[in-house]
Amino acid sequence: MTSLLTRNETLVAVVIVLFCILAAVSDPNFLTVTTLSDLLRASIVLGIFAIGAMLVLISGGIDVSFTAVAVSAMYMTTKFSLAFWPEMPWYLIFTLSVLLGAGLGAINGLFIAGFGLPTLIVTLGTLSVFRGFLLTFVGSDRISALPPDMREFSRMVIARGTTEGGDFYNLPWSLAALVVVVGLTAFILHKTMLGRSIFAIGGSVESARRIGINVRQTQFFVYVYVGALAGLAGILHGSMNRMADPFSLVGLELSVIAAVVLGGARLIGGYGTITGTLLGVALIVLVQNSLIVIGIPSTWQSVTIGALILLGTGLPAYQAKRAAARAG
Amino acid sequence: MGSPDSAVLVEMTGVTKRYAGVTALDRVDFAVRPGEAVCLAGENGSGKSTLIKILSGVEQPSEGAIRIGGEQMRGLNPRRAASAGVMVIFQDFSLFPNLSVAENIAFASELAEHRRFFNRRAARETARKVLDRIGVDIPLDARLEQLPVAHKQLVAICRALACEARLIIMDEPTTALTEREVRRLLGIIRLLKDEGVAVVFVSHKLAEVLEVSEKVVVLRNGRKVAEGPATEFNASSLTRHMTGREVAEASPGPFNGAGETLLTVEKLDKPGAFRNVSFEMRRGEVLGITGLLGSGRTSLAKALFGLVAPASGRITLDGADVPLGDPVAAAHARIGYVPEDRLTEGLFLTQSILRNVAVGRLDSHERRGFLDMTGLVGEAADWLARLKVKTPSIAAPVTSLSGGNQQRVALARWLSRAPKLLILNGPSVGVDVGSKAEIHDIIRDLGAQGLGVIVISDDLPELLATCHRILVMRGGEMVDEIEGGSITEDDLSHKLAS
Amino acid sequence: MSGGPRTEAKLTETPEFRLAIIAVAVFVLMAALSPDRFLSPQNLTSMAFQFPEFAILALAMTITMMTGGIDLSVVGVANLSAVIAATILTAFAGAGMVGGAAIMWLMIAIVAALTVGAVAGFLNGILVSRFGLPPILATLGSGLVFTGLAVAMTGGSAVMGFPAVVAVIGNSTIFHVPVPLILFALLAFGLHVLLTRTGFGLRVTMYGANPLAALFAAIDVDRILLKVYVIAGMFSSVAGLVIMSRANSAKADYGSSYLLLAVLIAVLGGVNPYGGYGRVIGVVLAVLSMQFLSSGLNMLQVSNFARELIWGGLLLLVMVINVTNWAGLRPRRAPAKAG
Repeated sequence: MTSLLTRNETLVAVVIVLFCILAAVSDPNFLTVTTLSDLLRASIVLGIFAIGAMLVLISGGIDVSFTAVAVSAMYMTTKFSLAFWPEMPWYLIFTLSVLLGAGLGAINGLFIAGFGLPTLIVTLGTLSVFRGFLLTFVGSDRISALPPDMREFSRMVIARGTTEGGDFYNLPWSLAALVVVVGLTAFILHKTMLGRSIFAIGGSVESARRIGINVRQTQFFVYVYVGALAGLAGILHGSMNRMADPFSLVGLELSVIAAVVLGGARLIGGYGTITGTLLGVALIVLVQNSLIVIGIPSTWQSVTIGALILLGTGLPAYQAKRAAARAG
Repeated sequence: MGSPDSAVLVEMTGVTKRYAGVTALDRVDFAVRPGEAVCLAGENGSGKSTLIKILSGVEQPSEGAIRIGGEQMRGLNPRRAASAGVMVIFQDFSLFPNLSVAENIAFASELAEHRRFFNRRAARETARKVLDRIGVDIPLDARLEQLPVAHKQLVAICRALACEARLIIMDEPTTALTEREVRRLLGIIRLLKDEGVAVVFVSHKLAEVLEVSEKVVVLRNGRKVAEGPATEFNASSLTRHMTGREVAEASPGPFNGAGETLLTVEKLDKPGAFRNVSFEMRRGEVLGITGLLGSGRTSLAKALFGLVAPASGRITLDGADVPLGDPVAAAHARIGYVPEDRLTEGLFLTQSILRNVAVGRLDSHERRGFLDMTGLVGEAADWLARLKVKTPSIAAPVTSLSGGNQQRVALARWLSRAPKLLILNGPSVGVDVGSKAEIHDIIRDLGAQGLGVIVISDDLPELLATCHRILVMRGGEMVDEIEGGSITEDDLSHKLAS
Repeated sequence: MSGGPRTEAKLTETPEFRLAIIAVAVFVLMAALSPDRFLSPQNLTSMAFQFPEFAILALAMTITMMTGGIDLSVVGVANLSAVIAATILTAFAGAGMVGGAAIMWLMIAIVAALTVGAVAGFLNGILVSRFGLPPILATLGSGLVFTGLAVAMTGGSAVMGFPAVVAVIGNSTIFHVPVPLILFALLAFGLHVLLTRTGFGLRVTMYGANPLAALFAAIDVDRILLKVYVIAGMFSSVAGLVIMSRANSAKADYGSSYLLLAVLIAVLGGVNPYGGYGRVIGVVLAVLSMQFLSSGLNMLQVSNFARELIWGGLLLLVMVINVTNWAGLRPRRAPAKAG
């Protein structure tokens, strides 16, 4: 039995706590509701991406194209709405973006589940196809005059206020999207045969095939679902930033994968938890937003994330290798 | 068309299977009754795996009919076979290492019921019932990867039972089990038979399961060559039917025990694998090391070649220390190792026969890093010829060779290095009986030429046919030393298990 | 050693032959579409200056893919090497320096860049061999670290102001042959010889074909992997120097599209991403096809974004074509997982 101490979740949680203690010591303003609400806001898009990326890792693949899916779905939806129906209600805008994302995800699914190609190389390819298509044929201008309802959504808050100490906070409705995504994914993964099949495929494709799991269909679902999540994350990103920027998001995929592997999902497939993934996201968001608070210049951000990936995945890998050597 | 025998569970009549001109099965009749255990014996390539594939719906027969429970099955597919109660337990068990025991057991039956939702409690309930049914206690929430092999096999059996199996086909069920585990397995099989579940054992090593079987069917070259009550067969008659000839095993070559000491192993120790192992061997000696699975024999063999690092101890070859835990240094000291699993450990399957041999001799044909191709190719070709590897071209992929010839390629790689000590782990695993005798000839020859040869095996006739001396391991320790020729197979088998 | 499984196949059935046809076809097509411009000496020369930087990265990718691995840190290593070389050149030499002193500082900068490449590769090799990290993760993480170091050193801005002599690497010709092309040719030839004529090369191929069997065949697998990633790192730093010289500056985020391009060229060149098969000649032909295509698209006024689209599409297309070939070459150890 893996003890609680050696699990990735615990390690990441410990690092997060240490980080917060350090930050609180060097800047008393760190531990306020304001910081917390800022960090939460920053976690929404990253968190939705990470849940999707985790699903792919569990199924035994890797996806680097979801940021391109997100930005394409978001930008195309915005363009469509502006051109044909500027008063489109926000929920339809969101639905359209999710559907577009799912469609693009289906293209990944076609190559991976259909042709059985290596997932990293396929998604590297689709990353540039999606982005190239978007910038060539859809447009390359930043749009700040968003459809009114899309702008409106970003102003809708669950709670907003000022604490007695004068700290301002604000919890947007987009946070609810993350909660829904987490809930839905947890339900799929743990309560449906489809979800268990995703774990089974990650554990052993051959065994899955032999007991009659439809491997292709399951893989296809994974990439469509991840595409849909990316579509959602994309439109949330556009709405929260009040701008549809076709150059945004791409490049974020490495941080997302970093968050997921830090959370304990393994590249060989079959392993990954939502708790771990969310903790990984929290750590990455802390590094991205508050590194300066603990005295590390923000230019060291990507060094820190890279080092976290190497340490967070290298130590367990090394332990596993040693354990295998001991077993002979 | 007469009315089908209602007492027959599964019946294949006149089943023929052709692949691209090759007849894998030729008009085979095969029947199993409820509660019956059948041994399906045959060498590699005899058609037994084709028969399983047809029975489980993976392949369609070219001719002939299959009835399950009296019902004619046309266009049988794996799903229909499974829902008719025919389950195959493959050698690798086809389980999920990352899922719990309960889920591994319940998954297939829940899929078969076309469930959409997963209920952990229901899955545990299903698993608990089946485990109780065969009287086994395995923690339901343990991850499968943490279980020992024998438990994994039981999980696989439980999974089949959870799917309401009426016929369980077990592919090589005993190869990975210790004697005690085999006995427990046989107990469970008896239990299942009493409940009316039929079992087919598929193996080329069936002596162990003969006692619980009613019937034996032997295949050779795609044909059924023998069928009868299990009581009429024993290990040697099975071999005769499988090969179609009497394979008279020679005895080990002469060895006077005088030569110089070649290898000294002193107090080799590795916690969890083997303890305090010491022995010596001489030039020209063929030494057998045997023991059941888990006795530490394979770990010890790997340790001698540096693939496993012992915690303490000493290995000396020709008076010089061999560094521990370093295969490159071991090879440099002229120790060779032919692994048990040819396909994953022994050969580079995508590469040519030539490269598979030449890879052993790269350092000797390197001048400042550059390879002397002519020398390398010539030498490899020479060794392939000496070991009589039959192939039209040494540039052909190694997969084009038969099991026996592949094993010779693995041997050629090490022999070309002029080893002083050659360790052969399971030298005839997966090799047909004919080639087996020839490989034994080669082993005896090597001894006669003055090499030290260590044969690691649980194939007792093999040990008796090749080894001058046999060391027996049990629970990680050397427990016995036997002079070759001084013991019968039965006695040796008792020493292994007791 | 000509004993690969493909030697039995006729020349016309090899992936390299198919590639040669593709390269010629693209060249002819582009020449036909825009004969006066595509075939002009200026265009041909400018192509010869353009492709070596990413082609050298593709060579680095090739050798790691031969082992069944991948190096996602090539661009990071190239930029870090360039930034360090550039820092040395600006700090100690400066834009005005000429003559012997400038040459000396250029040499020092080159040595420093190559050392950075070797150290970075060594780190990757250690992570993959000793720590047993999957190459995807190891090089993804280290790539972030290398890029991050370059960002941290420069604050994200370009380092510029070199002595004129630096331009020799990227912008000059020897006997009318562009120096970057000469560098690429030397490295490609060197890698070809290394892979086909040396014991090391054969060991790399055998390791890629079956890592476990390589261990059992007493190949020193850790050392092989270490060398492979060091070579990849040093090739990347050469690419970094070429990029620096051509741009007359160094920056942490130059060549960000080159990672995709390097993977694309290696796969297009017939290298099996599962390991065990790859030929430099295939990679060279793939580079040429890519450059003809990209140059031709340039003349046809196709945007950079469309080029990205076409490259990605090409990668997918080639993979679909190759998938049948790989099916037979895939080692047993590698289920169709993250690759």
